Amino acid sequence: MSKQWYKSGAWLAAMLFSAGAGAETQFNMTPGVTDNAHRAYDLHMAAVWICGIIGAVVFGAMFYSIVKHRKSVHPKPAHFHENTLVEIVWTVIPVLILLGLAIPAVKTLVAMEDTRDADMTVMVTGSQWKWHYKYVDADGKDLSDIGFYSLLSTPRDTFENYGGKTTEKSETYLKEVDKPLVIPTGKKVRFLVTSEDVIHSWWVPAFAVKKDAVPGFINETWTKVNEAGVYRGVCAELCGKDHGFMPVVVKAVSPEEFQTWVADTRTAMAEAKKAAEADVDRVWAMDELMKKGEEVYLKNCSACHQATGAGMPPTFPALAGSKIATDKAQIPDHIGRVLKGKGAMPAFGAMLSDMEIAAVITYERNAFGNKTGDAVQPKDVKAAR
Amino acid sequence: MSAVIHEHDHHHDDHHGPAKGLTRWLYTTNHKDIGSLYLWFAFTMFLIGGLFALVIRAELFIPGLQLVKPEFFNQMTTLHGLVMVFGAVMPAFTGLANWLIPMMIGAPDMALPRMNNWSFWILPVAFGMLLSSLFMDGGAPNFGWTFYAPLSTKFGPPSTDYFIFGVHLMGISSIMGAINVIVTVMNMRAPGMTYMKMPLFVWTWLITAFLLIMVMPVLAGAVTMMLTDRHFGTSFFDAAGGGDPVMFQHVFWFFGHPEVYIMILPSFGIASAIIPTFARKPLFGYASMVYATASIAGLSFIVWAHHMFTTGMPLAGELFFMICTMLIAVPTGVKVFNWVATMWQGSMTFEAPMLFAIAFVILFTIGGFSGIMLALAPADFQYHDTYFVVAHFHYVLFPGAIFGTIAAVYYWLPKWCGRMYSEKLAKIHFWWSIIAVNLTFFPMHFSGLAGMQRRVPDYAIQFADFNMLSSIGAFGLGIGQLFFFYILWKTIWGGKAPKATAQVWEGAEGLEWTLPSPAPYHSFTEPPVVK
Amino acid sequence: MSRTTTRPTNAQLAGKLSVAALLMFGFGFAMVPLYDVFCEALGINGKPTGRLAYAGEVDRSRTVTVQFLAMNDRSMDWQFQPLVKAVKVHPGEPTTVKFYAKNPRGMDMVGQAVPSVAPGEGALYLQKTECFCFNQQTLKAGESIEMPVRFHVDPALPEHIHTLTLSYTLYNVTDKAQVAAKVAAQ
Repeated sequence: MSKQWYKSGAWLAAMLFSAGAGAETQFNMTPGVTDNAHRAYDLHMAAVWICGIIGAVVFGAMFYSIVKHRKSVHPKPAHFHENTLVEIVWTVIPVLILLGLAIPAVKTLVAMEDTRDADMTVMVTGSQWKWHYKYVDADGKDLSDIGFYSLLSTPRDTFENYGGKTTEKSETYLKEVDKPLVIPTGKKVRFLVTSEDVIHSWWVPAFAVKKDAVPGFINETWTKVNEAGVYRGVCAELCGKDHGFMPVVVKAVSPEEFQTWVADTRTAMAEAKKAAEADVDRVWAMDELMKKGEEVYLKNCSACHQATGAGMPPTFPALAGSKIATDKAQIPDHIGRVLKGKGAMPAFGAMLSDMEIAAVITYERNAFGNKTGDAVQPKDVKAAR
Repeated sequence: MSAVIHEHDHHHDDHHGPAKGLTRWLYTTNHKDIGSLYLWFAFTMFLIGGLFALVIRAELFIPGLQLVKPEFFNQMTTLHGLVMVFGAVMPAFTGLANWLIPMMIGAPDMALPRMNNWSFWILPVAFGMLLSSLFMDGGAPNFGWTFYAPLSTKFGPPSTDYFIFGVHLMGISSIMGAINVIVTVMNMRAPGMTYMKMPLFVWTWLITAFLLIMVMPVLAGAVTMMLTDRHFGTSFFDAAGGGDPVMFQHVFWFFGHPEVYIMILPSFGIASAIIPTFARKPLFGYASMVYATASIAGLSFIVWAHHMFTTGMPLAGELFFMICTMLIAVPTGVKVFNWVATMWQGSMTFEAPMLFAIAFVILFTIGGFSGIMLALAPADFQYHDTYFVVAHFHYVLFPGAIFGTIAAVYYWLPKWCGRMYSEKLAKIHFWWSIIAVNLTFFPMHFSGLAGMQRRVPDYAIQFADFNMLSSIGAFGLGIGQLFFFYILWKTIWGGKAPKATAQVWEGAEGLEWTLPSPAPYHSFTEPPVVK
Repeated sequence: MSRTTTRPTNAQLAGKLSVAALLMFGFGFAMVPLYDVFCEALGINGKPTGRLAYAGEVDRSRTVTVQFLAMNDRSMDWQFQPLVKAVKVHPGEPTTVKFYAKNPRGMDMVGQAVPSVAPGEGALYLQKTECFCFNQQTLKAGESIEMPVRFHVDPALPEHIHTLTLSYTLYNVTDKAQVAAKVAAQ
């Protein structure tokens, strides 16, 4: 992967960043790994140079004037206050410069918006605060059985450093997901971007792809990745509390590896399904449920209801001591709420297995000082679906 | 009503000064009192908004979440934006308009003095309402100052309704202020003060006032639609009922882009007053300045969707808005060239107002450059919603609107209070601010280009250095403005500041400088004759 | 000393400007229908609006792929999917496809499907003559339904479009429908 650094800023880096030991500091836009990203980068650099040159001329004239036309050096001011020719010249020249910038910009834009004849389509759905990827088709073959959520996989402990806590953070701690989107290199991949709640924006800088996910509407964009690799991005549109914690990770692999990945994913899905069915048939012990439940809770629930179960009322109610999580008569409601959601609470029915939901409900009913002793079994969840 | 204005009707005012005590301020209809109220209100809001900014910068000092929860962080970004835009910059400009426009055009007061009182006193109520939301269940608005639907409609906290009502009040206040400016400028000019003789500050404010009347009602419409979507079953912005969330952005930015120029045009006027004074040379290209301002204002109505390049606009729309946006660089460039030409071959001295005005020209131009870059839609796909945008609009707003206001305060303060500020302290204030402002906002260009998105409470390790610099700069900038308050306090109430002459500045020209310093409570009760 | 002028009085001018402000307030609301007009004319946001029946020739020289997608808003948990993933059609040829929906809950629910077409420009040319998205769908507890969409692609479809994607987002409007029903009953 070719990385280009903002050369003219290097001296500044040397001067200012003694603390930035280790990683090289990136000053400039990434040239990216797609033709479109290269074009966006070239356009950006052209604009930087043009603005830099105009700035040098204008500020140069200004500083020359500041030095040479100060009162102590130049006590008698001139009295001119207009000059039609000069005024026409400095109106026309900027128009020409802008025209010079607009032509490549228009060409690039036309290329970027050309979503025709894609080899493959992926539907990208934003939701608070995760992405869902659904493969629609590839090379004319149906892939719609493959779809999954992609969540930040870094534990919240790593970045919740309240009260003076320090933690080890990796370079990419905010850009790690449990399941990345996998796409083949050298193929035109069309993304259909939408949302199931608020507006999000799916952005991968290395592709120069940023498209808003608007609820109720699908937006189109595309990429064709030249180099295999892992490319990381973020949600770029404020989408609520955890806007900063819904990364995008795309793994570009060769078309052959992609085929293998599709096959492996299908196998894994079948196995997971079988395992989930087996899980349902089994009666689980309390400690098994609690252990699994805590895991599921921290990954899916703690962002809103907090690791302590205290929630953030009134938007995100507390689970500690709440009626639904402590009253035995409300177990069905509790299961229903997790499965189907309500208001700000998303439905987890499609995202989690029966076993995971049973475990997390058991956990919620026996953690944070809730001591109900209720153990919810996967079959109860299955029945409630 | 008769179309004849009898100036001697005002004579009975001549002999009594201001009333005493609190009621003077509560019931005042005097443009100077109201101007002062606006300016102090704006300064208070500036400090409060600055405090919110410092919460943001403190959280972003190092990676990880240390101080505030993400949802509170979002409330801070939202309130910082709203307070600075509607509470600091706009009232500061209205305050300057109140103080200066009557004195500049030779009018005894604003045309509609009672409405003037109202338009000010609505503001503390509006902001009391907005800021009280911080203490409500669910916290303050947390959807950004742009309050995109459906985050603000379906998912907004209960306090959103207070926000809506607050915005309505601010809008009414601004519209009343704008009407007052237009009526004053059109009807109250002294004999001989033709439009093309008006100082540029008056011109830029007149154009600003028209922009306000055109767009503030549209903002009011947007929040009204939000309100009915939230409570009365309409679906303006909800796809489920046939609405469209993207339409919210169209309505918002139809207001929002002219709003951006509302926050900069008066600064253009200020620079155009200060630079000729200290260059001791008339403003270069007065007429072209007027036309450039008017064309910027006109263009501001057909560029709004450049804020929305990533929303999935069709190609034709993207092309149209890209080209129109780039065109704005032409009249803006003309203004910058005119200022440089005004300095050229002048005989310059560099008192505080001039220093801030020059910094304004340079740093605003840098903000203009990043503006041209942002106009290029293909590159905007990379810049959009990153810190590059944050750097861009802070470069046009802090050194633009705020430095412009500070320059104006130093420039006209001796006229207002009759005392000269300490040049030495003001220069320290200037150099401190110019270093801090660049330290705060310049690194944001880099973090944005490298991929840091806006409105996040935490960021990848690679942006740590830039953010630490920004945070250090921001705290410096904040301290510098407390120092500004000290300078003002010392000048106005310190008692020891030297008295100012009527002319104040050697090269100053204009009607306000023909008045004694401090300007009498009632000025130009007899209109001056302008040749 | 007095100035005689033909200028309007302050009150007149202020009145005119207030009217201008009120008109602009109205304009804010007028942007809603205006926006829809623009969208329809230019296909701005992929909101398909056409319902025109087509009686002209079928253009057999071209083939267009029409893809179907279905998703739920997060308020909704019906099973909802297209029974056919994609069809190849000739412009002008009327086609019917079906979507499947099932209400898995123990209560009656009302759903509203909202269509969107990509590319947005293509929305102008995907004409639906019959669609479940024209009306709200009520499903009793546990009930399932197959819902038809009858459409044709307008032969005027620009040459450069080869694929149209029709996506539906299903919203839960049970609460709103109940309120509306109550209001109607009164």
